[in-house]
Amino acid sequence: MPEDTQGIPRREFLRVSARGVALAAVVGGTGYLATRSREARYVWQLDPSKCTQCGKCATNCVLKPSAVKCVHAFAMCGYCELCTGYFEPEPNALTTAAENQLCPVAAIKRTFVEDPYFEYEIDEPLCIGCGKCVEGCRAFGNGSLFLQVRHDRCLNCNECSIAAACPAEAFSRVPATQGYLYRPGYSPATGKQG
Amino acid sequence: MRARSFILVALLVSACGAALGVEQRFPPPEFTETQHQLPCEQYPQPVPSTVQNMDVWVLVVALCLATWLALGLRSRNAVFALMVACLVYFGFWRQGCVCPIGAIQNVTLALADAKYAIPAAVLAFFALPLVFTLLFGRSFCAAVCPLGGIQDAVVVYPVRVPQWLEGGLRVLAYAYLGGAVIFAAVAPVFLICRYDPFVGFFRLSGSLGMLLFGGGLLAVGMFIGRPYCRFLCPYGVLLGWLSRLSGRRVTITPDACVRCRLCEDSCPFGAIRKPVEPPTPAERVAGRRRLAWLLGLVPVLAAVGFVAGGALGTPFSKLHPEVTRAERVRAEELGEVKGTTDASDAFYESGRTTDALYGEARRLRGRLALGGRLFGAWMGLVVGGMLIHLTLRRRRDDYEADRGTCIACGRCYDYCPVELRRRKDAGGETKARGG
Repeated sequence: MPEDTQGIPRREFLRVSARGVALAAVVGGTGYLATRSREARYVWQLDPSKCTQCGKCATNCVLKPSAVKCVHAFAMCGYCELCTGYFEPEPNALTTAAENQLCPVAAIKRTFVEDPYFEYEIDEPLCIGCGKCVEGCRAFGNGSLFLQVRHDRCLNCNECSIAAACPAEAFSRVPATQGYLYRPGYSPATGKQG
Repeated sequence: MRARSFILVALLVSACGAALGVEQRFPPPEFTETQHQLPCEQYPQPVPSTVQNMDVWVLVVALCLATWLALGLRSRNAVFALMVACLVYFGFWRQGCVCPIGAIQNVTLALADAKYAIPAAVLAFFALPLVFTLLFGRSFCAAVCPLGGIQDAVVVYPVRVPQWLEGGLRVLAYAYLGGAVIFAAVAPVFLICRYDPFVGFFRLSGSLGMLLFGGGLLAVGMFIGRPYCRFLCPYGVLLGWLSRLSGRRVTITPDACVRCRLCEDSCPFGAIRKPVEPPTPAERVAGRRRLAWLLGLVPVLAAVGFVAGGALGTPFSKLHPEVTRAERVRAEELGEVKGTTDASDAFYESGRTTDALYGEARRLRGRLALGGRLFGAWMGLVVGGMLIHLTLRRRRDDYEADRGTCIACGRCYDYCPVELRRRKDAGGETKARGG
């Protein structure tokens, strides 16, 4: 059958040329995108000025406990004795007893410095990123407590599941070289961080 | 994880001293009595890119190895061993991110949004399996992909899925691909990542729905091999296309097929095709006529899909948080609902006007309506393409692995008597050489 002996090479020819075209398309497309991707690495971060402390950071991260933790900008802190980020709104007493504390996991350490100042430090391994202290601090204090994605913990998922749940759209991909976002007007002097 | 934290300790950036641009309600104290120094807060840096680059090299090595084991060595056991190794590395160790399936969305976003520069490692994860598939078939699916691996490991009693059902369910994968691309380009919402069924197992955590979906797929996968790969995987659609064009690929027999039918039921993924008699001249004429009709029908189906897809705009936009927020705020404004939600609270706190919110929501809805139309047109093309595929009848002399759906797992080799004889001969030769 002459038709068949001709038909098979023709199909093979088409396949080889289609393969060439597809290969060129994949390699060319990759090359085009690669020229734009030089040194680009992104990490997830939340913008503290958009954050509403809804508590979803604590519950929606794929990590337990969450990769989002509270950060304390000491230079912004007023070192108040009656800290609204530390104490329940109406504490029984101004002591470190658990029933007086706002933090559900007692992750804020309070130490006396000099009268009347106290220093507050986040015990990061304990912190679950619920944002209760952030809310308290912002309500009445200086707002020196804020939530941040900690990059030593974050798995940097392709789509951050907290970002998908965040009601304030505070999460975005930021360049890895500037992986932290601070409260407006505040920037730690490290040279590297903006 | 421990190794990673170790690297990070060296990279910690301490932040002693800071610049304050605004006045505080409670001015920070000066500590004149104690000269207390403020402690440093720390900002640990992300994992250095070398770790991600290492993933790319592991991927390259795994792809080369998978191809050689499946096509050169022809050993199912070796492919299985590599599959388990990759499942452990890419799945449980690197926790399934980033994977080529999800990288579809990054590539789409990079093409749609000029501001987003796709990371080089993600791009490599997207492109390398495509190139390998184009040259050697889908050995990526068999041995490298952790999502494939976890399903392949649970195949216990595979049953044959009828051809019509297999083809019908395959439409789901095309729909998933179309939807994922449209959402990544328009929203950008990464649907594939959001509904990844197995990443919860890799991370040993996840929402209940995610784990139920994944667990359900694994339970089904005991009887229907690799259900996600066959009926849902959007990357599998791309690989299937390219695999049809591949150069070297799996042949069940190493030599001439003896048509013994022993391999007929060996494939748990329904990828083995029986020999087909060439059509008679009358059938050929009828077939050509049918093909001409269908070719004419494809643009009609696409057009119908485009028009009907307009109805998808509203359900699509419900998946976008900004649109649902605008609807909620509007409902609160009209007094239709009581109280506020986290989403509407965030809006009120942001200080934006309702007009800005509604305008943005309208713009998104318009874009998603166009997305819905494109999705409809795409599904029209898919259905048309599938109808054409069904009518094509090609002469096939031997039992063959289907060009598109064979994933090169190598299960069928063990069933082929010609292959067994080859192994015996090869074993005899090495023995003879050794003695």
